[in-house]
Amino acid sequence: MAEKEAKGKREKVPRQEMTEQKPEDRVRNFDEVPFGYTPEQAGLEAGRCLQCKKPKCIDGCPVEIDIPSFIQLIYDGDFIGSARKLKEQNSLPAICGRVCPQEDQCEKVCILGKKDEPVAVGRLERFAADWERAQGEVEIPLKDPPTGKRIAVVGSGPAGLTVAGDLIKKGHEVTIFEALHKTGGVLVYGIPEFRLPKAIVQAEVDYLAKIGVEINVDYVIGSIRTVDELFKEGYGAVFLGLGAGLPLFMGIPGENFCGVYSANEYLTRSNLMKAYLFPEYDTPIARGKNVVVLGAGNVSMDSARTALRLGAEKVRIVYRRSRVEMPARIEEIQRAEEEGVEFHLLTIPVRFLGDDNGWVTGMECIRMELGEPDESGRRRPIPIKGSEFIIDCDLVVVAIGAGANPLLPTTTSGLELNKRGYIVADQETGKTAKKGVWAGGDIVTGSATVILAMGAGRKAANSIHDYLMSGQKNWP
Amino acid sequence: MFKIVAKREMAERTVCEFKIEAPDIARKAEPGQFVVIRANETGERIPLTMAGTDPGAGTINIIFQVVGKTTALLRSFGEGDEIMDIIGPLGVPTHVEKLGTVICVGGGTGVAVMYPITKAYKEAGNHVIAIIGARTKDLLILEEEMKAASHDLRVTTDDGSYGHHGFVTDVLKQILDDRNDVELVVGIGPVPMMKFLCKMTKEYDVKTVVSLNPIMVDATGMCGACRVSVGGRTRFCCVDGPEFDGHQVDFDELVKRQRAYLTEEKISMDQFMGGIPE
Repeated sequence: MAEKEAKGKREKVPRQEMTEQKPEDRVRNFDEVPFGYTPEQAGLEAGRCLQCKKPKCIDGCPVEIDIPSFIQLIYDGDFIGSARKLKEQNSLPAICGRVCPQEDQCEKVCILGKKDEPVAVGRLERFAADWERAQGEVEIPLKDPPTGKRIAVVGSGPAGLTVAGDLIKKGHEVTIFEALHKTGGVLVYGIPEFRLPKAIVQAEVDYLAKIGVEINVDYVIGSIRTVDELFKEGYGAVFLGLGAGLPLFMGIPGENFCGVYSANEYLTRSNLMKAYLFPEYDTPIARGKNVVVLGAGNVSMDSARTALRLGAEKVRIVYRRSRVEMPARIEEIQRAEEEGVEFHLLTIPVRFLGDDNGWVTGMECIRMELGEPDESGRRRPIPIKGSEFIIDCDLVVVAIGAGANPLLPTTTSGLELNKRGYIVADQETGKTAKKGVWAGGDIVTGSATVILAMGAGRKAANSIHDYLMSGQKNWP
Repeated sequence: MFKIVAKREMAERTVCEFKIEAPDIARKAEPGQFVVIRANETGERIPLTMAGTDPGAGTINIIFQVVGKTTALLRSFGEGDEIMDIIGPLGVPTHVEKLGTVICVGGGTGVAVMYPITKAYKEAGNHVIAIIGARTKDLLILEEEMKAASHDLRVTTDDGSYGHHGFVTDVLKQILDDRNDVELVVGIGPVPMMKFLCKMTKEYDVKTVVSLNPIMVDATGMCGACRVSVGGRTRFCCVDGPEFDGHQVDFDELVKRQRAYLTEEKISMDQFMGGIPE
């Protein structure tokens, strides 16, 4: 009865929007776009939650956050309590609140969403986590008694950070090995500041260091040390959260002209190396006036919006399929459009054009039409004969996906790789074919989401704990 | 942080050698491999080849020429100073085997890269002829070391101030004319030198290996900044190289890609020199 009553009352409140920077302002800076909820907005939004007896949102979350409970705590005004409730299941709520595709997860199955707009779970998650961080009240969790077991975590992206956070709390000694000079993986080299401020990632990493995780940057495992050497040095288990660090290119003529970047390079220069602050920072980046981004995923949107902020007058996304097949989140596509990014769909480049200095000046493209569905279930794009045309541009970002970086897999004996080079790991436990080695995140699944990598990390951490505490016998 | 334990100014103070504490890298590094260095928090990542390692002492040696802001900044560091990041060892080590007669040709600071490779070929039982060259006598580096690392060392200077007056490729041509037992030429130096050298050895049909130095960012195969065309295929120099079959390399493309940021490099350098009057 109470539920029904509450529902009637709460339906009057519309889904709360976050205030944000106006498009014309934000394209001139790298600051985060939305400002986040005020406590009042958060309270109103939390009040929209039906507090369902049989909630579906929890099942919709890859790490099974107790969503109704953390929202109730916000409604009650206990924001710190809410953040701690979130952290019971999700060690990186400030990040997930920003970059999770909630519309495909918790919010997609939200019962309120059947008649009204779903509860803005992501925005509330972000609010609680930001509140806790801003108050400086990040709680140091109680750790289990020391087990004397040591675990090496290779890679410090979302999967690695999750594994490290979970296992340190269980009393193990955890060492992170990161190949780059900064921790965070794709969260720092890939996702731009305007979508995920780096201070938030740093706060999460600082938190892990504070609770005892040893962090080594500049360590390329597979090169400076092999996985087998880690075992010899006394690590009982190794988790590989390497990410899908291999940029894919089109493989068409002229791709090595200057001014043709992989999205990995473009975003790494801007985000990790802070080339957008050149010459204060030493790393340069080409500032194209007329930019083309190939592909239509989230990374493409990030690249296009970065190009605008670096002073581009025109930014076009060129994609071989149609709008409905674009893999980016709708919110990201909308933001890109608001900022003035143009979309050229059903178009594919067949070669790049360049000048005598080797700089890109344009692309020859061909138009496509959609045929029968392919193995991905999406309609296959087919070139239209004789439809070639030229797109002028002075900078191209190739954002058509990533493959498996072979550096570690090929220097580690005993791993099983699939035909695309990804590490084969058990879906439920993350165990690989090699005893004592787990893997999770993009190096297993191919490019996916932060939260799925975290989910894989969570499962692997549990499995590693069981293995280490049961005498390291059972394998697989 | 990585501490500089010794510094040596070489070649008219435009080339500099650091011995740096990096025990984990020293233990693993092999000839032909390189490291990436980031000097400080605002620094860029640049690849530098190791000119030697001392696993016992836990040190690596790097030799670099001042060509831009980062190398100028590095040169301003002294003994006891610390470099923020050194990542390595990176790249595929030189494939060293006993072949017979091997000619190791180093130009400019390429000699630094060549030194451990030359030593390795000699230790593998090859007859090693080394040719090193520089624009002028004062820019010549590692003559004594190269002499010890080879059986026969030839020296050239472009201006004739020391050794043979001319290019390393002149001497190489003489040797290739004189003897027909050369199994391999390794050429490391400025791109024009490597390009010309490869053109020549191709005429003599002698297998030639070069070590390339394109612009890199992460240098672990993640970004693709260092792509080079080899035999018509795009390769990533950082993980597939840095050594390639010289007869297959598109040097013209490499030169253009190396020059991609000339404007920005000048801005950085001007700003740096403006800040440090000398």
